[in-house]
Order: sequence, then C-alpha cells, then structure tokens
Amino acid sequence: MKVEEICSVLNGELVCGCDKNNHEVNYAFASDLMSDVLTINCNNLLLITGLANLQTIRTAEMSDINCILFVRNKSVTPEMKNLAEELGMTLITCPSTMFRASGELYRAGMKPLF
Amino acid sequence: MAMSFEYKVTGGDFTRAGYASSQVKKMLKQLGVDNTVIKRVVVCLYEAEVNIVAHAWDGIISVDLNTDSIFLKLTDNGPGIANIDQAMQKGYSTASPQVREMGFGAGMGLPNISANADRFVINSEPGAGTTLEITINLNSNAV
Repeated sequence: MKVEEICSVLNGELVCGCDKNNHEVNYAFASDLMSDVLTINCNNLLLITGLANLQTIRTAEMSDINCILFVRNKSVTPEMKNLAEELGMTLITCPSTMFRASGELYRAGMKPLF
Repeated sequence: MAMSFEYKVTGGDFTRAGYASSQVKKMLKQLGVDNTVIKRVVVCLYEAEVNIVAHAWDGIISVDLNTDSIFLKLTDNGPGIANIDQAMQKGYSTASPQVREMGFGAGMGLPNISANADRFVINSEPGAGTTLEITINLNSNAV
C-alpha cells in the first residue's frame, strides 16, 4: 500500500517524507510498547502507534522501520520531525484510534506481520 | 580491521537515549556490514543504552569492531541488579512510571539482548553497577 493511500484511507496528514508518497508499505504492526517493536524481525513495515516521543523515532530507526503512523491525533514535535527527516523517515498523523486505523488499513489490504 | 569507539551515556536523559546506537549503526553501514548483523547489533545496543538511561546515573559504552565479530561492553554507575536470573525473565522490570511512559520497562530488554547476541554476559552487584558484554559474530545471522 502506498503512503498516499494510507493517508487517504485514514484522512491522515503527511508530516514529513512528502517525497515518499509512492513508497510502498505492505505490512503493519501496531503497538505503544517500543520494547515490543524491538523484537520484530521484519523490515519495511508500517508502525502504528499512539506513543509520540523521540524514542518512537529512535526505536523505528533501530528496527529499520521507515514509516510511522501516529494515531489518536498525537502531535509530532519539531524534534521528532527533525530527527525523522534526518533519517529519511515518513511520519503520518491521523485522528483515528489505533483500533480503527488498524481495521481500516486491514480492510484496504494492509497485511499483519503474523 | 580492528576499530574501537567509546560513548558516554547520561542517566535520565531520554532526549539523547539512542544517540550512541544511532552513531554505531551509521558507522557499521558505512563499513558495509551485513544489514541483518547491523540490526542485531543496534537492537542489543539500543536496549542496553536505554537501560543505562532508565536505571543508572551514567555509563560508558565501548564498541570493538574486529574482523570476525563486534564486541559491545556497557558499564554503568547504577544501583545494580540484586537477582540477575529474575531480571532475565520476560516481563520482570523495576522501571519507573516515567520509563514506562517512554514505551519501555516491560521487562523485555535483557531477554531481547540475549536473543540477538551470539554471546551475552551480565555481571552486577547491588550498589556497584552493572556490566554487559555482548558479542555478535559478523558471519552469523542466527537469532
């Protein structure tokens, strides 16, 4: 699924990574627990989370995750955006709950990791 | 090829937590190390770096890059661990509410380091701090 389609399905806003609108992400993992994210052995996936802080970006960096969707209208701070841009990441925000966002993306064809 | 690097870590400073791991990741990429190995190294290192930030007053990370392996040593000035077997159990944690708010403190860090390392040694004593020694072979991808 392309980044622009993720935004379209969820009425999401692309915060950074605008040049990656055509970037494809086919698997997603939803968690607010970064310790969980660090156990995932899969690259190029979408992280769906309601945890918005610098460590979310750092965790994604260490996990080779290039695209993060922040749910529940969470704000991306300038520090988070700067770090994500430096790392070439795509950040999206959306108003949906994690449950709704996951459900809508699943219905649109996004695959779960397991 | 033998290179050594050292980084200081400050306890409680979550804005910089992960900086050393990020630097090591960039360096390993520049050196052309296999991506699967890099991921295992930085997951181990980041978990351990966050542990220092979360639990200790300060610490030192040393990274030794050899021809056949990467050796990480993390030494902290912290409260130490009274029961290492208990600390190694999944789900056991003494993390503060602040650490949990950052998305950590679920008792998964040390087991995850153990799962990603080819060799993992932890030494600790209450009041004397904790030392982790992590070895990852450059030609091994087993997790």
